[in-house]
Amino acid sequence: MKRTARWIAVLRTPVGAGAGVLLLAVLLLALVAPLLWSHQATAIDTEHLLEGTSAKHWLGTDNLGRDIFYRVLVASRTSILLALIATSIAVVCGLALGCAPTVLGRRGGRLATAVVNIAVAFPGLLLALFFAVVFGVGAKGAVLAIGLAGAPSFARLTQTLVAGIEKRDFVAAARIAGVGRFRMLSRHILPNIAEPLVVNATIGAGGTLLAFAGLSFLGLGVQPPAYDWGRLMGESLNSIYVHPAAALAPGVAVVIAGLAFNLFGEAVAKGFGVPVLKGSRLPQGETAPAAEVDEDAVLVVKDLHVSFPGPVTPVRGISFTIGRSEIVGVVGESGSGKSLTALAVAQLIESPGQVRAAELSFLGAPLLGRAAVRSTAAARRRLLGTSFAMVFQDPMTSLNPTMRVGAQLAEGAREHQGMSRRQAMNRAVDRLRAVRIPLPERRAHQYPHEFSGGMRQRAMIGMGLMGTPALIVADEPTTALDVTVQRQVLELLEQIRTENEVAVLLISHDITVVGQVCDRVLVMYAGRIVEDLPASELYTGARHPYTRALSAAVPDLDTPLDEPLAVISGRPVDPAHYPSGCAFAARCEFATDRCRTEDPALVSHGPAHQVACWNPQGSAAWQARYPGTESIRTGQR
Amino acid sequence: MSELRFDQVSVRFGTGSRAITAVDDVDLVVPSGQVVGLVGESGSGKSTLARAAVGLVEPSYGRILLDGVPLDHRAGKRRPLQMVFQDPYSSLDPRMTVGDTIAEAVPRTAGNRADEVARLLELVGLDAARANAYPGALSGGQRQRVAIARALAGQPDVIIADEITSALDVSVQGTVLNLVRSLQRELKLSMLFISHNLAVVRYVSDLIAVMYLGRIVEFGPADQLLTDPQHDYTRELLAAAPRRGTTSSSPYPSQRTSA
Ligand SMILES: Nc1ncnc2c1ncn2[C@@H]1O[C@H](COP(=O)(O)OP(=O)(O)OP(=O)(O)O)[C@@H](O)[C@H]1O
Ligand code: SF4
Ligand SMILES: [Mg+2]
Repeated sequence: MKRTARWIAVLRTPVGAGAGVLLLAVLLLALVAPLLWSHQATAIDTEHLLEGTSAKHWLGTDNLGRDIFYRVLVASRTSILLALIATSIAVVCGLALGCAPTVLGRRGGRLATAVVNIAVAFPGLLLALFFAVVFGVGAKGAVLAIGLAGAPSFARLTQTLVAGIEKRDFVAAARIAGVGRFRMLSRHILPNIAEPLVVNATIGAGGTLLAFAGLSFLGLGVQPPAYDWGRLMGESLNSIYVHPAAALAPGVAVVIAGLAFNLFGEAVAKGFGVPVLKGSRLPQGETAPAAEVDEDAVLVVKDLHVSFPGPVTPVRGISFTIGRSEIVGVVGESGSGKSLTALAVAQLIESPGQVRAAELSFLGAPLLGRAAVRSTAAARRRLLGTSFAMVFQDPMTSLNPTMRVGAQLAEGAREHQGMSRRQAMNRAVDRLRAVRIPLPERRAHQYPHEFSGGMRQRAMIGMGLMGTPALIVADEPTTALDVTVQRQVLELLEQIRTENEVAVLLISHDITVVGQVCDRVLVMYAGRIVEDLPASELYTGARHPYTRALSAAVPDLDTPLDEPLAVISGRPVDPAHYPSGCAFAARCEFATDRCRTEDPALVSHGPAHQVACWNPQGSAAWQARYPGTESIRTGQR
Repeated sequence: MSELRFDQVSVRFGTGSRAITAVDDVDLVVPSGQVVGLVGESGSGKSTLARAAVGLVEPSYGRILLDGVPLDHRAGKRRPLQMVFQDPYSSLDPRMTVGDTIAEAVPRTAGNRADEVARLLELVGLDAARANAYPGALSGGQRQRVAIARALAGQPDVIIADEITSALDVSVQGTVLNLVRSLQRELKLSMLFISHNLAVVRYVSDLIAVMYLGRIVEFGPADQLLTDPQHDYTRELLAAAPRRGTTSSSPYPSQRTSA
């Protein structure tokens, strides 16, 4: 499964592999050392008391003449075992406290949260010393002390993770299905927070090891005749100037074992974390020299390819031009490559993704290729930073939740336009006003979660307007919003387009939205543009079978109620295995033999209309099939 | 067959001056074996009303009755109301197989669970072998079918569907709507179907209720409400709904609209 693959990926990184091997070695040592060497470690050699390093005793001997090297090895079991027990106590107590709100209901949960909040405020070591006094000196007391002292931070972590999972609909669904509290916890919540907990427990074990050594060193931990690394350090402290090795060796052991836990935990955490999109990236790619420059074009894309190792090429040969203050829509099924096209234009495809194009130029400046390497990278970024804006589907993930909205808008302007703090803030407030956010001065000081979904999306658009953009790329900007808010956001885009002469590339899977707002529509299927037509002709003049089927699949107020909705049968094409002919052939009602062998190119069918199909409809074939119908409701059954 | 009745239901969030009334004195009936479509803008309280019905939020006033008997939402009881959620990507537990997810909702009295799961999967048009798949391996439309199967597993008297097609691709939206319609007719389910899309609601509903600022402002037979809307907000919704051939032919539609 995917998870095993990720573990393997973690172990393949140098740090992951190194830490993994180290951790394994440490655990193995803890397991076998007492079996192999406990005799050597306890053998009293009265002839060699308190001696330094020698051939017989590598690290010297202690005051009873026992070999320190073997004692350090054998002590590994006690040290690590106690650390693991203490960590388990911390995790179990933390889990119990953290899950309490789920199990106890509202009132008990509030109490548990309050307890955690207070406990977290105390430094862990202080708590440990406090508990050590309460439980009395000795290994048992120390384990309890360190374990309990570690519990609050695990409780906090658990609470946060549980709260995140509880918001998901599957928990609500299980609740409706009548699932009880404990089963909810064991089946739905714990499995979904297990990974981060285990990772943090591993990292925590490293810290516990250190803390335990500290307590033993102070004489509060393991008591003689038992010994652990901390105790060994304490015992040899008196003679540290005479035999430094005897005191250093257990210290080194603590550090190595602690590091093993820590590094491994960190490596796993990193491997399982989600990569985040960062600012503009240089694309890796090449391009032919740019052709003649079209004065009116904001964006020119010629033969754009996006590929990933595998190899998959989800975008394969896309060409289009966006003119000044033109709104161009892109529609197509999920996975057809709409978002990747947008990301490629925005230079946001991350390695190992590859972007290739015959031409990709923005405001006449090439964005790809050798014509504009290194020296102009900064200039290119500035051009994109000020003249280009991108709006994503979920504004909650594209706004930083920990930063005030106004400051977030101002940040980019200070960086790209060199505004002062005051200027940038004023501009931010002004832009929030421009996107019709009420009381912009007040709102600028709020955090994203205090905005409604529609307002967040406006704020994102406002961020794009901080400069003087020539193009706004909006990827499903209204999918997360409902109709009325959606209409407001779309109207805002239209208004901005007329007032500021901004072109808009609007990506949506909702063909009605695109039909209503756009001047021109690009229909994508399997990484290609299959039809490019004026939006006004979407329902009446579409010629590609896919475009027709797509618009017939959406119910409207005239859909006949007595028959099932038209659907497009079959599944979209897997971008790793494109068929040799037309990619739509397997689902197409009009497919002929030619369709299955030859790939149709995008060619003109009248002014401002391009179609990639061997049997474009709306022509003779369509009429013959459905005589007397103007409607395209037919499509496929 | 059962009738779901909201009797003067209000839901309030928060306290004191910051309190918001999300649902305001709603009276609504879902007659036995019929589909009531509920439309309205965001924040108008549609989902809150649905969540109150299934016991995810507590009404601050009023009662919700099933065949005249107030609903009991305590854990362990049979749940006569089931809900299908908007986002099929978050409504299925990623760590549980499709079969386990459905089985969890099958009542203990239902006999062999595995058989029941297989039957339900076939019912929603999925291969019974899919029971062993994890949600990650399914497309959005397939996930929504699983969610519907889970809701049916509880042998509910009433199903509440909250925006079940809005997260789906247009090409699969149609298949899910067709499924909902045929299942409803076959099983004679009573259903509250919530959507912001009037065209979608029209397609599945016998009756339509329009919600605005927490209140039901209009309720009536679907064809009557659509041909002769009484409330201003209903008229506005009708005007905004997509209609074939109403696309703008002007290159600058913004000059046309004046809102
Ligand atoms: N980082 C990646 N590595 C490999 N394949 C990828 C990657 N990102 C996207 N793809 C693949 O590229 C194809 C197109 O993806 P894209 O996100 O552009 O689709 P989309 O048209 O925007 O779909 P949606 O409507 O769901 O947003 C998909 O098949 C996807 O699986
Ligand atoms: S080329 Fe053939 S298979 Fe492809 S869309 Fe046209 S008719 Fe259908
Ligand atoms: Mg996308």
